[in-house]
Amino acid sequence: MLKSPSGVIGLVILLLAISVAVFGPMLFPNSPWRMVQRPFLPPFTLQAVPLGTDALGRDVFAGMIFGARVSLLVGLVSTLVALIVGVPIGAMAGYFGGKVDDALMRFTEFFQTIPSFALAIVLVAILQPSIYSIVASIAVVSWPPVARLVRGEVLSLRTREYVQAAVVTGQSNTWIILREILPNALSPVIVLASLMVATAILLESSLSFLGLGDPNLISWGYMVGAGRTVIRQAWWITVFPGVAILISVLGLNLIGEGLNDALNPRLSREGR
Amino acid sequence: MPKRVLLGLLLACGLTAPALAQEPKTGGVINAVIQPEPPGLMLAMVQNGPTQMVSGNIFEGLLRYSPKLEPQPELAESWSVSEDAKTYAFRLRKGVTWHDGKPFTAADVLFSVEMLRQTHARARNNLAQVDKVEAPDDYTVVFTLKQPFGPFLGIFEVGSMPMVPKHLYEGTDFKTNPYNNAPIGTGPFMFKEWQKGSFIRLVKNPNYYEKGKPYLDEIYWQIIPDAAARSVAYETGKVDVLPGGSVENFDVPRLSKLKDTCVTGAGWEFFSPLAWLWLNNRQGPLADKRVRQAVMYAIDRDFAKDVIWNGLGKVATGPSASTIKYYTDDVKKYPYDPAKAKALLKEAGYKGEKIRLLPLAYGETWQRWGEAVKQNLQDAGINIETIATDVAGGNQKIGEWDYDIAFTYLYQYGDPALGVGRNYVSSAIAKGQVFNNVEGYSNPEIDKLFADGAVATPDSKRKEIYEKAQKILVEDVPVAWMLELQFPTIMRCKVKNLITTGIGVNDGFKDAWLDK
Repeated sequence: MLKSPSGVIGLVILLLAISVAVFGPMLFPNSPWRMVQRPFLPPFTLQAVPLGTDALGRDVFAGMIFGARVSLLVGLVSTLVALIVGVPIGAMAGYFGGKVDDALMRFTEFFQTIPSFALAIVLVAILQPSIYSIVASIAVVSWPPVARLVRGEVLSLRTREYVQAAVVTGQSNTWIILREILPNALSPVIVLASLMVATAILLESSLSFLGLGDPNLISWGYMVGAGRTVIRQAWWITVFPGVAILISVLGLNLIGEGLNDALNPRLSREGR
Repeated sequence: MPKRVLLGLLLACGLTAPALAQEPKTGGVINAVIQPEPPGLMLAMVQNGPTQMVSGNIFEGLLRYSPKLEPQPELAESWSVSEDAKTYAFRLRKGVTWHDGKPFTAADVLFSVEMLRQTHARARNNLAQVDKVEAPDDYTVVFTLKQPFGPFLGIFEVGSMPMVPKHLYEGTDFKTNPYNNAPIGTGPFMFKEWQKGSFIRLVKNPNYYEKGKPYLDEIYWQIIPDAAARSVAYETGKVDVLPGGSVENFDVPRLSKLKDTCVTGAGWEFFSPLAWLWLNNRQGPLADKRVRQAVMYAIDRDFAKDVIWNGLGKVATGPSASTIKYYTDDVKKYPYDPAKAKALLKEAGYKGEKIRLLPLAYGETWQRWGEAVKQNLQDAGINIETIATDVAGGNQKIGEWDYDIAFTYLYQYGDPALGVGRNYVSSAIAKGQVFNNVEGYSNPEIDKLFADGAVATPDSKRKEIYEKAQKILVEDVPVAWMLELQFPTIMRCKVKNLITTGIGVNDGFKDAWLDK
């Protein structure tokens, strides 16, 4: 991983974003919702509010710092939930095959046939926008690809000799899946997961942009959405959080690529 | 010699030009925005804001009202009130015809009163004190009241009591009458066509009873669903008039600065929209008067006016807007004072219980306002949680009393008996509706004052009663009054005399003309 320059850049960006999310709010004890200066103050005019203020006079910089926390948290937690749901379903479908496979895959397809963003909007609207409903709805729309990927991996692995050997020695199915198959199927899942975090951050931003964010928490998507209508008068309200989204999503994609290279040594040696 | 004549002509033109500029010119087409698209145009049946705005050109009432809310003649050219204030006689204008050519007479007025009692909830309420309506002759209508009703002369505006053609509606099923889709009125403009989702077209009524009026040939009401697109439509010249509320507030300063653009806040005096926060008086910390007062002290209403509403409007002092009859500012004042709010909360024993705030889902401005109020209340130490909702969901929560604090704004209709009392008297408490006494405030003294005020005579007595009511209410803070809202009308300066009464754009374009 450390050999690929893009992976390193991605890692640096992610670590930076995480440290901002963790330590930033300590440097800014005040709520990012507080109206601190006159509204529409351009950036780089006052040291107290380096990135200017928004339509109500709130500090854009403070909003970005607190927004990092929400965006990253939503990205990581919802990906985790999606993995917890998707991996077992995919593993069971691939390992048992037959009717179990059919049932689980039809269930998965049921979610895949609905456009994921539309489903996320509907879920958040029904459940009332809050951080929990947003995490839940992003997880609901993002687990099916995980399940399908894991199923495919498991399907190919379960015919290998060492798995057959494990079956012959009479080990339990759970044991075989957890000990023999999943560890070997994990590398593509890790790559996928890093990209899923990026997608989740984008989804959360899109939901907040549409006004379906948690009204009690500031996030980058909310800032872009709230500033969108005044973009002609005050570009900085939208541009800075927009750039933050761009950089963190880019960072996560770079990490995904780096991981892919590192975990598929054959691909990196022969390909490209 | 010819030179001298020419010079003379030039001089004459130069001298008379300023005087001519004030003389209305005939002809021209106005494009105005209507937002949102109205559900229907039959004013006796539908009273949504956009319906009133379009149909105010097609229909007329007996009276209209000046910016000071004095009654002015419209279909009634004069009126008299009996000594005991129980009999009102209206003298109707002669020579008025419906758009289909039939004459307008007292029979139409009698029929309209009967029809509106069935189809128009607010008119039914306004007419509750009417004992009987009679027409001694074709051009006289006499209303006899059960008891004197002070605001009676204030209920004849076109949106509150539009005149309906008897010959087209009598004996029909009002709901399915074909004229609902192509309404016939007496107004200065006639309905021509409605392309759903695109525009509503009205044309000049050539037989209008005021000679020379209307000046315009046509009005196009353009339907543009997106707020940003409405601003652009004005900038590109597609529309000439943006009625109040049709663009977002933050666009108002930018559009106002455009070339040849005039802005006015006038024309809302009759409605006087007042914004406040419903405070649920029934439960939790807000049941305590001191906590409600703390809410008043905690909120920076000048900030809301200056920043969120771009300086438009006025900080409210109490239940009546300052344009409403018998308004007084001799009441307890609640300046922005977080320290005092904190002290009151402490005194009331507030321990950080969670209080839910329901913003109004009417777009950006209201969303930002909700955020600012939340921050104000949090700064004073109140634990606020904002509940995200859409319009329907919010209405449902408010109607079910499932809220702690909720934004709203309501019209006042000129007189405390018509638009103010309904929000504070205990008889108006009813589940399922989002107007009237939603906060659950119940005070026998206030009930009695508003009951007495509606029927007291003379005026000085009413004044005394309503001033007392305002003092008590402002002390009790049943709801937290925020701002008297102002919805500026933005238009090209060549549009003249668009707003001449206290009913504003809703009163029809009969005096408007284009200076080309």
